[in-house]
Amino acid sequence: MKFMSNALMSSPHGRVRQSTNQVMRQVMYATAAGLAAQLIFFGWGVLIQIALCVTVALLAEALVLSLREKPVRATLSDGSAILTGLLLALSIPPLAPWWIAVIGTAFSIIIVKQMYGGLGFNLFNPAMAGYVVLLISFPVAMTNWQPPAELMAQSITYLDAITIIFTDFTIDGYSMSQLKLGVDGISMATPLDNFKTQLGQGFTASEITQAPIYNEHAGIGWQWINLGYLAGGLWLLKNGIIRWHIPLSLLASLTTCSFLYYAINPDLGLTPVAHLLSGATMFAAFFIATDPVSASTTVKGRIWFGAVIGVLIFVIRQWGGYPDGVAFAVLLANMMVPLIDYYTKPTAYGHKARG
Amino acid sequence: MSIIFYSLLALAVLALIFGAVLGFASIKYKVESDPLVDQIDALLPQTQCGQCGYPGCKPYAEAIANGDEINKCPPGGEATIKNLADLMGVEPKSLDEAHGEEDVKKVAYIREDECIGCTKCIQACPVDAILGASKLMHTVIVDECTGCDLCVDPCPVDCIDMVPAPSNNKYWKWDQVLIPTKTIN
Amino acid sequence: MQSDLTLLEQVKSGKIWGFPGGIHPPERKHLSNQTPIAQANLATHYYVPVKQHSGKEGEVLVKLGDKVLKGQPLTKPSTGLSLPVHAPTSGEVKEIKPHISAHASGAPELTLIIEADGKDDSVPAQPFNDWQAPETDALIEHIKSMGIAGLGGAAFPTYIKAHPAHDIELLIINAVECEPYITADDVLMRYHAEEIIEGVEILLHTTGAKLCLFAIEDNKPEAIEVIKKACEHKNNIDVRVVPTKYPSGGEKQLIQLLTSQQVPSKKLPIDLSIVMQNVGTAFAIKKAVIDGLPLTERVVTVTGESITNPQNLWTKLGTTVEDLVAQCGITAEKDQRLIMGGPMMGFNILDSQMPVVKATNCILAPSKYHVPPRGVEQACIRCGDCAAACPAELLPQQLLWYSKSQEHEKLEEYDLFDCIECGACAYVCPSQIPLVQYYRNSKAEIRQAEEDKAKAEKARIRFEQRQARLEREKQARLKRHQEAAERRRQALNQDDSAKDKIAAALARAKAKKQQQSEAPKETGKLEDTSTAVDNSTDAAPNQAIDPKDKVAAAIARAKAKKEQKAKQALENSKSEQAPYAESKSSPTHEAQEQATDEKTPEQIKKERVAAAIAKAKAKKAKESSNENEQAAADKSTMTEESITDKQDVDASESQALKTPEQIKKEKVAAAIAKAKAKKQQAKHNADTLTEQGNE
Repeated sequence: MKFMSNALMSSPHGRVRQSTNQVMRQVMYATAAGLAAQLIFFGWGVLIQIALCVTVALLAEALVLSLREKPVRATLSDGSAILTGLLLALSIPPLAPWWIAVIGTAFSIIIVKQMYGGLGFNLFNPAMAGYVVLLISFPVAMTNWQPPAELMAQSITYLDAITIIFTDFTIDGYSMSQLKLGVDGISMATPLDNFKTQLGQGFTASEITQAPIYNEHAGIGWQWINLGYLAGGLWLLKNGIIRWHIPLSLLASLTTCSFLYYAINPDLGLTPVAHLLSGATMFAAFFIATDPVSASTTVKGRIWFGAVIGVLIFVIRQWGGYPDGVAFAVLLANMMVPLIDYYTKPTAYGHKARG
Repeated sequence: MSIIFYSLLALAVLALIFGAVLGFASIKYKVESDPLVDQIDALLPQTQCGQCGYPGCKPYAEAIANGDEINKCPPGGEATIKNLADLMGVEPKSLDEAHGEEDVKKVAYIREDECIGCTKCIQACPVDAILGASKLMHTVIVDECTGCDLCVDPCPVDCIDMVPAPSNNKYWKWDQVLIPTKTIN
Repeated sequence: MQSDLTLLEQVKSGKIWGFPGGIHPPERKHLSNQTPIAQANLATHYYVPVKQHSGKEGEVLVKLGDKVLKGQPLTKPSTGLSLPVHAPTSGEVKEIKPHISAHASGAPELTLIIEADGKDDSVPAQPFNDWQAPETDALIEHIKSMGIAGLGGAAFPTYIKAHPAHDIELLIINAVECEPYITADDVLMRYHAEEIIEGVEILLHTTGAKLCLFAIEDNKPEAIEVIKKACEHKNNIDVRVVPTKYPSGGEKQLIQLLTSQQVPSKKLPIDLSIVMQNVGTAFAIKKAVIDGLPLTERVVTVTGESITNPQNLWTKLGTTVEDLVAQCGITAEKDQRLIMGGPMMGFNILDSQMPVVKATNCILAPSKYHVPPRGVEQACIRCGDCAAACPAELLPQQLLWYSKSQEHEKLEEYDLFDCIECGACAYVCPSQIPLVQYYRNSKAEIRQAEEDKAKAEKARIRFEQRQARLEREKQARLKRHQEAAERRRQALNQDDSAKDKIAAALARAKAKKQQQSEAPKETGKLEDTSTAVDNSTDAAPNQAIDPKDKVAAAIARAKAKKEQKAKQALENSKSEQAPYAESKSSPTHEAQEQATDEKTPEQIKKERVAAAIAKAKAKKAKESSNENEQAAADKSTMTEESITDKQDVDASESQALKTPEQIKKEKVAAAIAKAKAKKQQAKHNADTLTEQGNE
C-alpha cells in the first residue's frame, strides 16, 4: 500500500476531548442552582432578562463578526457570547426595563469584547464592564431590585414581569416604585443598599439588621442565591473547569477584611458571613472573577488577582458610593492584570539559582 | 529690601547646589551608548546594495542620522523600517517604491561557462564575495553574497543571475511544504 | 567537589522528586507489548540515508553497482560529530540519490539504495574483547565505528556521550518510555535484560560514572522485574521506578525526577556531571562491543488501532515504512494518519517510502477515536491549562501571544528556548491551538534572524575592510605617481634634452588649445541640427549630411547626450551607447531595417550578445572618461580620426575575447547594436527593441 499524506502538522497528534465550547457550556450549567434561587425569590423577571440579554448578545456578536468579516456561525457556537449575556442578565435587577438589558449587553459585546479583538483579547470582563456602564448611566433603574417575593405586597405573575419590563407597569398598573413597597408600606432596597443608607443615617449595624429584609445571616433570599452560586462553583471546581486560586483568595481576602473591620467596629460593619452571603459575592468569586480571558494567567498571579478583588469588594461596600462593589472591583483588578502577570512569571526550568 | 536680597540669595544658592548635583550626576551616571549612526547601521541588512541611493549601508545610516527617510531600504523591508522607526522614535512608513520592492532573499549565481573572466563583477562586489582572476572563470561565494544585485549590471555578457537563496532543513518551518504531497487513500 | 558528592548522596536515598506539570494521556501500550519481538521480513530494497544522526554525514565509501555485505560500512565518518552507516543486508548498491528523509519535512537527503540479494550474508563480527582495559580510547573508537547513535530519538552520536571530557558522577539509563503506544524499550527489556545490563556496564566503564540509575516507568511491571533481577548483584546499578506521567522520559524531566536538580538553561546534563543514555543504546553498545555487530537494526513498534497485528519488530535500518506496515497489516480509516514516533512528539509520515532510521522507535497508525485529530483552531481564552501542563514551567499562553505577533525579544524573555516541545500544552488546549507548531516556527524564525544578523555583521565587516583596502590602494597609487613625478623632475634636471621635449610638448598643447577654441564655435552652429536629429524618428537627415559634418554632429550629439545624462540618471549608461556606436561607421538606415526584419527567434541570443557588446563599449567609454581625467580632457578635443580609432580599438579588443567562430555572430551583433543605437536615439529603450525582435 502506497501511502501519502499532506498533513504538515506538528506534534502532538492527540488532544483532550474538552473544547472551549464545552467549557462555556459547563459554566452555564453551573449557574443553574443560583439561577433557581433567583427565580424563587425574584420571580419570572430573571428569565425574561436572560432571554433578552442572550438574544441581544448573539445578535450583536453576529453583527460585529460579519462587519469584521470573520466566520459568524463557527464563532457564535463557541458559546462565549451566550455566557456573557447570561452573566449580565443575572446581574441586573429582574424587573429592570428592557432597554437596560439591551444597552448593557450591546456594550458588553460590541465595545468591551469585539472592539478589543473578540474572544481572548478583551482586557475587561465584558459582563462586568457592561454592568458598570449601566450602573453609572442609569443608577436608579440599576438599583431598583424588588424585594424578595415573600416580602412583597403584590405578587408578580409571569405576565406582570413582562409588562413591567417592557412598559414599566404591571397589568394592574403598578409601577416599580410601588412594587418596592413592602408589606409594611416601607420602600425596600437590597440589604446592602439598605445597610449603607441606614448607616449613613446614624443607625448601628445591629439596629439596621433588625429590618425584615435581613435574617440571622444575611438578606432574605440573597443568602440562598449566594449559596446556590457557591454550589455551582464547587461543581465547576470539581469538574476542573475553573481552578481554586481565584475564588479561594477572593473569598479569603473578603472574609479577612470584613472580619478585621467587624472585630474593631462591630457597629459599623456587616459580619463576615453577611459579606460572603450578600450581593454578588459568590457569583463574582466563581463566575465573574474566574473568567480566564481577563484574569491573571499565572498561578501566583491568580491568587493576587482574587485577593485584590476581595479587598476592593470590601472597601467599596464599606466606604464606596455604591451598595455593592463587585463589578468595580473586578474591573479595577482587570486593569492590574498585566502588572500582576509581569511580576508573577514563574521561573522556567533551568533558570532557578542553583544552591 | 533685605527680604528680597535674602530670597534672591537663597534662590541663587539653591540653583548652584542643584546645578552641581545635576552636573555631577550627568558625569557620574553617564549612559554609554553607541553613536546613533552605529545603532542605525546595526539595524540595516548590510547588503551594501545601494538601492537607497547611498553607496552602502553605513552611508545610508549616516543619512538617516542626518534626517533622511527611513523607508528606502528594500532588502530590509518592513521589518527594518519598523526597527528603524522604533530607534528613531518616528512612525513606521511603508517602503518607498521608488527604491525597489521587498523580495525573497537572493544570491548571485554566475553561469560559469559563459563567464569571460573580465573581473568587472569582482570590482563591483561590495563585500568581496566573488572569486576569480582576469581571463579566468569567476564564481560567487554563496555564504558571503548579500544579494545586492550590484554585480549583475557590470557583467558584459549578462551571465549573472539572482537566484533565491538556498533554504535548508535547519530552519524549516512546519508549514513549509518541501516535497510534493497528496493524499491517496 | 562538595556538591557532586551531595548529588550522589541525594540520589542514593532513592527518592523520586517529581516535576511540575505533565499530563496523563491514555497509554495504549497493551496493543503492542503482548507478543515477543518479531523479525521484520527481508525487503527487496533498503534506503539507507547517509545521515541518520545529529551532526555531519560521513563520506560515501561505496559506488554504484558495488556488492556489499551486511554490516559493511557504507560511509566513513568525516571530521567533527559524525558517524558511519552500515549496510543492513547483503546486496548491491543500486542508486545513490536524494530520497525522502525521515524528517517531518520529508526533505530529500542523500540515500544509498541497496537491492537485497536475499542471502543476508554478513561481514565477520568484530568483537572488542578487551573492553575492561583502563584505556578506553580504542573502545570509544570502536563504538564510533559501529555507528552507535542515541536510539531514544535525537540520535546523538553515542561515542561523544560515552566518553565525555567532563568528569561524570552519575549515569542514567532512560527506560521510561513515557510516550503512549510505544513499547520498543519495554519489550527489549523483557527479552534482553542481561544484555542491556552488560551494555550498561560498558557505559559505566567508559564514562567513569560511579553510579547508574536505571529509570523505568511504573506501567512496565514485567520489565522492572527482569531488569531488577538482572542487576541484582550489581551494586553500582540501581533501578528507579518512576510514576507514569508524560513527559517523565524527557531528559531534563527525568534528571529532575531522580536528582531534584535542574539542568541550567542552555547547558547540558554533563554540566551537572550526569550523562543519560537510552536503554536501546545500551543494548546496541553491548552488541557492538561484545558481539562485534554494527548498528544495522533496531526494535520498532508498529502499532495503532488501524494496524491489524500491532507488534515490535527487529527492523533493519533502511526498511521503508511501507514494507513494515504491510507486514503488520493495516485497515486504513478515512484520512488515515501514519506517524513516525509517538502521538505526542512524532511527526506525520508524508510518504510511506520514508525509511526507518536509527532514531525511529515507532510507526503509529492510530484511529481518530483514540488519537483525536486537532480541529479548527479557536481563540485562546487564556484558561491556563497549558501552563498547568507545562513541565518546564513556561507560560504557553503568553508564548503563543508573542509567537503570533513575532515579538522575538519577548519570546526569549519568556524562555521560549527552554520549551522541550513535549506537546503537553497543545494536548490539553481546549481551543485546539497547535501551540508546539507556533513555538517551532518561532524558534526557526529566531534562529534565522540570528543567522541573518550574524551574516549582516560579517557583510558589514567585509564591506568596511574592502573600503579600507580600496583606500589603501588609492593612497599607494598616489604615492607611486608622486614618486614617479619626483624621478622625472630629477631626470629633467640632469638631462637637458628632456627640456626640449617638454618644450615640444608645450607647443603641441598650445596648438591643441587653439583648435579647441575653434571647435566650440563649430559645434555651436550644429547644435540645432543635432537636436533635430535626436528628436526625429527618421534617420534620413543623417544621411544627407556629408561625412565631415556627420562627425561634428556626432560630437555635438555626444555633448547633448552628456547634458541629458545629468537629467536622466537612470538611463545613463544606455543613452551613452548611441553617439559612440553611431560615430564608429556610417550605418545606413536600410541596413538597420534589414537587421530588425531579419531577426528570427534563433537570433535572440545573438542579439543579447550584441547588446552586451554595445553595453561593454559604452561602459568602457564611460570608464575611461570617469577614471582618467586626462583622457577625458583629450576626448573633448578629439578629432574625427581619434574617435574612430578609439572605437576600432574597442571593437578589436572585444573581438580578441571572442573565438573565431563568433566573429560572424559579432558582425550581425554590431549591426544590431547600431540599430539599437538608432532606436535609442529615437527615444526608444532597449526593451522595446527586444520586444520587436521577439515579434
